[in-house]
Order: sequence, then structure tokens, then C-alpha cells
Amino acid sequence: MSSDREIDQSRRGALKCLAFGGAGTLFVLSAGILMPVDVALAASKKAAGAVTGTPLFLQISDTHIGFNKEANPDVAGTLKETIAYVNAMPIKPALTIHTGDISHLSKPEEFDLAQQLLSGLNITELHTVPGEHDVTDGPGTEYFNRFGAASGGKGYYSFDHDGVHFIALVNVMNFKANGLGALGDDQLAWLEQDLKGRSSSTPIVVFAHMPMWTIYEPWGWGTGDSDQAMSYLRRFGSVTVLNGHIHQIVQKVEGNITFHTARSTAYPQPTAGNGPGPGPLKVPSDQLAKMLGVTSIRINTHPLSAALADTTLA
Amino acid sequence: MFDIRRRAATVAVATMMLAAVPLSFAQAQDANTVVMKNFDFSPMMLTVKAGTTVTWKNMDGEPHTVVSPDGVFRSHALDQGDTFTYKFDTPGTYKYICSIHPKMMAAIVVQ
Repeated sequence: MSSDREIDQSRRGALKCLAFGGAGTLFVLSAGILMPVDVALAASKKAAGAVTGTPLFLQISDTHIGFNKEANPDVAGTLKETIAYVNAMPIKPALTIHTGDISHLSKPEEFDLAQQLLSGLNITELHTVPGEHDVTDGPGTEYFNRFGAASGGKGYYSFDHDGVHFIALVNVMNFKANGLGALGDDQLAWLEQDLKGRSSSTPIVVFAHMPMWTIYEPWGWGTGDSDQAMSYLRRFGSVTVLNGHIHQIVQKVEGNITFHTARSTAYPQPTAGNGPGPGPLKVPSDQLAKMLGVTSIRINTHPLSAALADTTLA
Repeated sequence: MFDIRRRAATVAVATMMLAAVPLSFAQAQDANTVVMKNFDFSPMMLTVKAGTTVTWKNMDGEPHTVVSPDGVFRSHALDQGDTFTYKFDTPGTYKYICSIHPKMMAAIVVQ
């Protein structure tokens, strides 16, 4: 893949490049500007300083184990392919974040199969948040039985890894009538407390299922009370928000905050407004693998920046 | 005079056609059934007599649920083709949503 050497440093230029989203695209966020970096160039010594950082993390999303309709009759198969792809990565990510919709219908056998498949990752550390497909029977049910320990059953929690502070949020339990996700007052209060006293130079990674910014309100692509959450995060020098739910990549940069939604490993969805609703999108079978994939995140501390790489199965 | 006869004839034909319409509606969709199609509950308001069992059927490729925010009834996640039933014994208006896509709202009116 050739790169455009004349990098337009204006935001408009960066946004144009963001729309590309093809295999192996690597972006480096530095001083609030996102610049595309040719992957081959990045591998060379010259650019090494720009892209090496501390640990590499993996984001996987929307595995939808249990889905079996036309858009992808074998979601377990594409998840296995994804895992094989990840296991073959030259640099092994330190941990995996699953941004939800692990299962399709919250069924025990779906969670069983998902956990069994995910244990095939050679990355042993897995952190999850639920999607709305995981909690269709409400709080205290199957998802929480299996993945709730980290959060005492609440679903939201935080942890640190190599100087990076990770925050797992749940925005699929409190849906409002406008169809957007919501965090709720308790979780917002917890978040404010969790961030208090942390140095602004601490790199933060927030992960939640629904987009934490409004991408398309008619389809519920957003979180109604995320503004309050972002107000607690704004003072930090590097904030990366990782979301899923929409089964396609949409990205936005706001100062030191990068918002990013990942692809699914199961099936794509239409782009905003291009269909009756946010359901499975059937594509020709030779196109499917190009629309499924994972995201790698590299957090740099000097300078404070985050680099995200979205890759597809084909 | 010619006018009046013609008008009467038109009215008679129209009445017969209107009488026929409810019959064809009943054949197009089972009575006491709500379908989820294109991210909508259809019909959005269904009126039934107390003691009736209502059936919901999901026709979308995306799962939906049938959830009464007041806790009166709640389905599991319904895949395409799955159904959920609930028997309404007590008169009243029962609003409900899909908990996965809460913009989907509807009601059952029980008389």
C-alpha cells in the first residue's frame, strides 16, 4: 500500500486520511494531530522513534458468538481466524480488551464457546465490558457470573498496566428512551472518584461498548451522559477511548482525546443511515474478511501519545 | 336525479369495499400478534380483551427483546423468527420497549 508522502497537517487532511481505514493503516497521534504513517516506513529505524513506545494492547470487539444468519453463518470460525491472526503478530500485545457483544443472545452456551475460543489467544490477560447483546436478561445474569468478578458485579472497574490507567465503563444497562446508551449517576460518581488525584501525565485508556460520543443519534450510536464523563478526563495529556457496537471504524480526535470504534470479528453493519437500522450487513463472501478485524494500541509516554492500528482479516 | 342515483351507487360500493377491508387486514397478519420489523413494533398499539394471549414475533436479522419497564413482562433475547407470548388478564395500558434498541416503543391496551 503506497502512502501519500505529502502529509497535510491540517485537521481536514488528517480526517480525510482517517476515512480510509484499510488494512495495516497506522496513525500516530502527537500534539493533538493525527498523522498517517506508512507501515513500512514505521518499521524502519528512521521512524522508530516516532512509533516505539511502551506496551502494545489489543482491542477485539463484537464477536457475537451465537449469530448464524446470512451476514456470517460461522462467527466462531471468523473469531478463530482472528485469534490465529493475533497469535501471529510479530509483537505480542500485553493484554486484550474486549469491548463487548461477546455473545449474541446472552445464552450460557454462547458465553461458553466464546470463552473457550478466546482462551486460544496467546495473550493471557483479558479484560471485558458487556455489550447490550450480553445483558439482555438484565443485571446479575450470565455475563456478570462469568466476567463480573473484576467489578464486584457492577461491570465497571479500573486497573493499571505498565503506567497506563485503564477504565472499563458500562453504558448498556441504562438505556434511555432516546435510544442512546447511558452510564448513570453511580458510575459517573465512581469515575470522578477514580480519576481524582491522578497525575495528568498518566496515559488513560477508557473502554466501553457503545460509542462515547454521538456518531448517529437516530440509531442510538452514542452515550447520553458521556459529556460528564469526558469532563473528568479532559485534563489528562493522553486519553484513548475504545468502543465497539457499530461494527465499523469511526474515529474522532478532540485535543488530547482520541475516540475510536473497532470492527467486529463477526459481521459488518451499514454506515450511518444507510439502511433500515443498525443490523447485520450482508456482503459478498469474498468481501467479508476485509470488513472484520482488530485494533492494536501502542501508548507512548515520551512524548505522551497513542498510536492505533486497525487491521483486517484479509 | 341521475346524479343522486350515481352517488347512491358509489356510496353503496364504497361501503361494501370498506366492509371488506377489515377482513383482508385480519388475513394479512394474525390477530393478537405484534411483529418486530425494520426496528419497529407493528402495530405500535394493539388493543385486546382481558384474557388474551399476545404473541410477539421478531422478523429482523437483529435480535430484539420485549420489556415492560414496569416489570410486568420480559422476554429473553429473540433471534430472527423467535416468538414471545404473554397472557394479559388485567385491563390497562401496558407500555413496553426493546431493551436492546430502546427507541422501539409500543403498547398493549387491555380492555
